[in-house]
This record gives sequence, C-alpha cells and structure tokens, in this order.
Amino acid sequence: MMGARGLLTVAAAALVSLGLMTTPVKAAGPAVEIPSQNWSFAGIFGTFDRGELQRGFQVYKEVCAGCHSLDYIAFRNLADLGFNELEIKAIAAEYEVQDGPNDEGEMFARPGLPADRFPAPFANDNAARASNGGALPPDLSLMVDARPNGANYLYALMTGYGDAPSGVTVAEGMSYNAYFPGHQIAMPAPIAADGVEYADGTAATVDQQARDVTAFLAWAAEPNLEERKRTGVMAVLFLLVMTGLLYASKRKIWADVH
Amino acid sequence: MSGPNFSNPVVRWIDHRLPVFTFMHHEMHEYPTPKNLNYWWNFGSLAGIVLVIMLLTGIILAMHYTPHVDFAFQSVERIMRDVNHGWLIRYIHANGASFFFIVVYIHIFRGLYYGSYKAPRELLWMLGVVILLLMMATAFMGYVLPWGQMSFWGATVITNLFSAIPGVGEWIVTLLWGGFSVDNPTLNRFFSLHYLLPFVIVGVVVLHIVALHRFGSNNPLGIDVRGKQDSIPFHPYYTVKDAFGLGVFLTIFAAVVFFMPNAMGHPDNYIPANPLVTPAHIVPEWYFLPFYAILRAVPDKLLGVLAMFAAIGVLFILPWLDRSPVRSATFRPLFKIFFWIFAANCVLLTYLGGKPAEGTYVILSRLATVYYFFHFLILLPGLSIFETPKPLPRSISQPVLGSGTAGASKENS
Repeated sequence: MMGARGLLTVAAAALVSLGLMTTPVKAAGPAVEIPSQNWSFAGIFGTFDRGELQRGFQVYKEVCAGCHSLDYIAFRNLADLGFNELEIKAIAAEYEVQDGPNDEGEMFARPGLPADRFPAPFANDNAARASNGGALPPDLSLMVDARPNGANYLYALMTGYGDAPSGVTVAEGMSYNAYFPGHQIAMPAPIAADGVEYADGTAATVDQQARDVTAFLAWAAEPNLEERKRTGVMAVLFLLVMTGLLYASKRKIWADVH
Repeated sequence: MSGPNFSNPVVRWIDHRLPVFTFMHHEMHEYPTPKNLNYWWNFGSLAGIVLVIMLLTGIILAMHYTPHVDFAFQSVERIMRDVNHGWLIRYIHANGASFFFIVVYIHIFRGLYYGSYKAPRELLWMLGVVILLLMMATAFMGYVLPWGQMSFWGATVITNLFSAIPGVGEWIVTLLWGGFSVDNPTLNRFFSLHYLLPFVIVGVVVLHIVALHRFGSNNPLGIDVRGKQDSIPFHPYYTVKDAFGLGVFLTIFAAVVFFMPNAMGHPDNYIPANPLVTPAHIVPEWYFLPFYAILRAVPDKLLGVLAMFAAIGVLFILPWLDRSPVRSATFRPLFKIFFWIFAANCVLLTYLGGKPAEGTYVILSRLATVYYFFHFLILLPGLSIFETPKPLPRSISQPVLGSGTAGASKENS
C-alpha cells in the first residue's frame, strides 16, 4: 500500500523538483560563491531597519542616482523609510520635474511633489549609454528581485572590486569585479570610504554603505515586504488552527466507519 | 422520482420546477463513494478548488493589467506596489499556477499507481489529459503576460517550435505571433486566450466530473464497489476529509506565497523584456521542465517537438497499453516497482530540463527520454502479459473490516 512512506517519497520528490527552481542559473564563466550576509529583512519575521533604509537612501541619492534611475519609486513611498510628510515634501522639492503642457502648450519644470516618481538621470537609454562609455546603467527599482540571490549579490558586487588576478586582462574602461558574471564590469567601483557623510553619524565605510544601500534597494524592490510577512504569520497561524479543527472533525465523523 | 425531502418551502418550490437541489443532493451529498479512499484521493477536489482560486485572482488581475508591450511590465509593478493588496493577489496567482501543477501531477500519478485509467474510466482519464494540455497552454501564455525577459524569450523559444512542422510550420508561427516576431499582437492574443482557456478548462472539468460520477471513484484496492457495505455517502465523510486536506494544502500554499513568493519564479522575469538581449539560459517554468528535457534530448528539431507532444499523447492511449485487468499497483508486484522507477525518471527529467544542454546532461536526458517511452510502450504492455498479480480481495469492506488482511487501508486508523 501507498502509506505514509509513499507519501513521504512523493513529498520529497516534489520538494526536490521545487528545489531545482531556487538554484540560480549560473552565467557564463566560472561560478563564484556569493557569501551570505545577515539581513534584517530575511526570514519569516524579517523587518526593515529604518535607520539602515534612510542611510541607504542617502547613498542612493548621493552616489547611485548620478547614473541609475529608480523608476518605480515615488517620493510618497519614502514614508516607509520613516520620513514624515514635511520631510517628504522637502525631499521632493529638491528635484526638478518636467510637467506640462501648460496653457501655452509648453512643457515646463517645477519642483517635485510627493506624488512624483524619482526623475531619471538621463532622458533616454541612448543618452545614458552616451554618458557611460556605451554601457547602460540599469534601473535599480527591481534590482534585488532581478538577480539570483539578489541582496547578497548586490552587496558582494559593490564590495567585490579589486585588482585583476595575474593573467587576467581587463578591457579599456572596464573594472575587475570578483562577483560580476565574467568579472569585467563597466561600472567603476561605485562606493568610496567616506563618500557620503551620514546624517546619523554612522562611519561611512565601504562595507557600511554597501550594506545600507542594498537594504534600501531590497525595500525598493518590494516595499510591501513587511506587510507580506506580517500577514503571512497571521494567515499561517489561522490556517494551522483551522486545519487542526478540521482534522478533529474528520476523526469524529469517520469514527463510525472504522 | 424519489427526490430528497427539502424542508424549506422556497427550495421545494424551485426544485419542483428546476431540480437543481435534487441534482446537488444526488451528486454532492448522497453520492456513494468507496469507503476506503486514502488521502491521495484528495487531490481531485483540491485541483478544482485551485482552479477557482486561479479564476478569481486572475479576473481581479485582469482589471489592473495592461496588455501592451510598453505598459505590461509597468502595470504588473503597479499591481505589486499601488493596487490594494495587489501584491497578494499576484503572488497567489503566480504561485497558484505552480501549485496547480503540483496538485494535478500528484493527481495524475495517483491515477497511474491505482490504475484509475482502466475500464470503464478511459474517457474520464482522457478528459483529464485534455485538461492537462489546456492547463499547459494557459500557464505558458500567462507567463508571457508580465512581459519580463523570460516571458519574452520563453514565448520566442516555444512558439518557434511550431516552425519545425513541415509545410504549415511557418504559417502557424506567424499566426501565433500575429506578425513576424513576438511583439504587441502576440501579447494581445495571449492575453485574450489566457482569459478564455480557463473557462474551457471549467467546461472540460464538468465533463470530467460527469464521467467520474458515472461509475464513481476508483479506490486503493482497484476493485469495484459490490454493494452498500462498500460505500459511504460523499457528505459528510468526504466533504470533511477534503476540507481537512484543503486546510493542509492552504497552509503550505500560504507559507510559500507569504514567505518565499519568488522562489519558483525566475529573477530574469523582473527585467523588462528586451528583444536585443538574450538571457544566458532560457529556462521554462519548472512544470514544463520534463517535457523541455525530452524536447532537447532529440537532436532533430521536428522529432524533438514530436517527442515532446508524444510524451503527453502517450497518456491518451495508456488505457490500451496497460492491458492488465488488475487496476491497483497494490496487487501488481512488478508494476509497483516500475511505477516508482518511472516516477524517479520523471523527477530526473525535471532536473535535466533545468540544466544546460551540454555534456553528461544531454546523455542523461536521452536515456531518461528513452526510458519514459519504454515504460509506456514496451514495459506496460509486456507486464500485462507476463506479470502474475496477487489475489484480489473479494470486496472493499472485507479487507477494511477484517484485521490485518493484505491490502487493508492503513491510513485513517
């Protein structure tokens, strides 16, 4: 009979086939192990650290935003980071946003509003390429979801710059990176020690900035992460209780069949 | 006509003119069901419930989705970020597709193990295979809709397969694309068909249930119900058992939806579709991997496509390949062993489908593909002749009530 053992076998088979999907597809070149970091947002009870997000936002604003857009984030979303309405209005107003056409049919620039999305640094992809030696700096909104092992990979990428090992020649205008697929990346090392001055006084080491901006990008990729996990804990607890009650009912109703 | 006695006068009035309540009473309440069904029989009703979940979430998603190459990706992100609980609805729908296949694959393997495809349930089985094919088409087109990199390149690879058909191949591909490459017309027709096909599935599911209720469920012993002592009414026995199974399923499903919603997806699909950049490896969703492995195992394109379709087509003729009169593997010692080898081979094919087509993977894919067809075309017909089955119990109630009789159902104890 296909009893508990059979059930386990099939369950294991199903898990194995599921597990396949979580295996990141390796890009060309030798596979590099991405070291795992401790993230506050990992695990089923994970939450974002507001201080970390605000520092990460500062790194994005002062370092990344020169080349990388953040198309899916509006200023109003910054409320998630712990900014209040006035602060958000002030941040938005630092940016110039194109609006229009006005009554004369002209496009015009105005200060940003909380409802606006972050303006992109370049007018279009071609302009972005022209300013970056032919390489296109990708939009960062979904970067953590769009790479296998996203958060660990981004942190590794930003801290993985260094001299190429002997025997490896790096092409003109490219940098060596231990974790980038193929190891040659058009983006020069983005983070310098003390490249930003943190408002909360945290020492702006390369490691600290990489960690902070990765957390910020994890939030940007999935602003609903905390709500999702919180809801999930409640939903699973409810379902466990309901399933327990259903099992008791099943036992009671079936008692006379056996 | 001896219908049930309804106490509610409104129900009685309606039922006299339109006997829907009598119908429901017959088919969902008193419907006699073998008393020895184990938990593997939960997966049929479970599949029906998942279908409803997919329909409901899909209809809501369609209210917010924009089927246009310039806006599809953005509209999905808008659902994820700005639509109230849009993230939840989309994650349920995306993971629901995977879980639908998990449930249906288990349902199919249950049928294979207990010989549920044998007379008089051949048409029931074949309708099930039709549902599987429709599910595959629906899932494939649904995966294209977010218009990410895997959407686009998956669509390109799979639609291109049809070009292998001699003569009409190119014409079919142009028809699928609505042009000369995967583009906006492709996305539009895929959206339209992705909305249509689930309702076709509902129709075939109805036929599947009509065929099921003609002779009732098969059971772990694979012998016919001999009388009243062998069966119990569907309600409350199997409604409560199915409800418990549903609870277990929903708990696991919720854990994945809330805690690892992207585990079964591909990161590349969070990159907007770009016809100029091909991903390093184009991998279909996991539930297509065994068939993808078979496709790539054959060196010739046309033969590969044919082998892939034959892998499902062979299921249609399964009732006539396995001629053994004994249904359940419980009483077929050799069949039981080969069933598990076959199941392991399917897991192997799934694994190989996710690997690049190079080196040992190719050789293993070929061996596993040959074994897949060997099982159906040589082994099963051969076993029907050479295998000596164990003696069958005289009735369902005998082994269930008897103590320690061979084949007694151990679960529920």
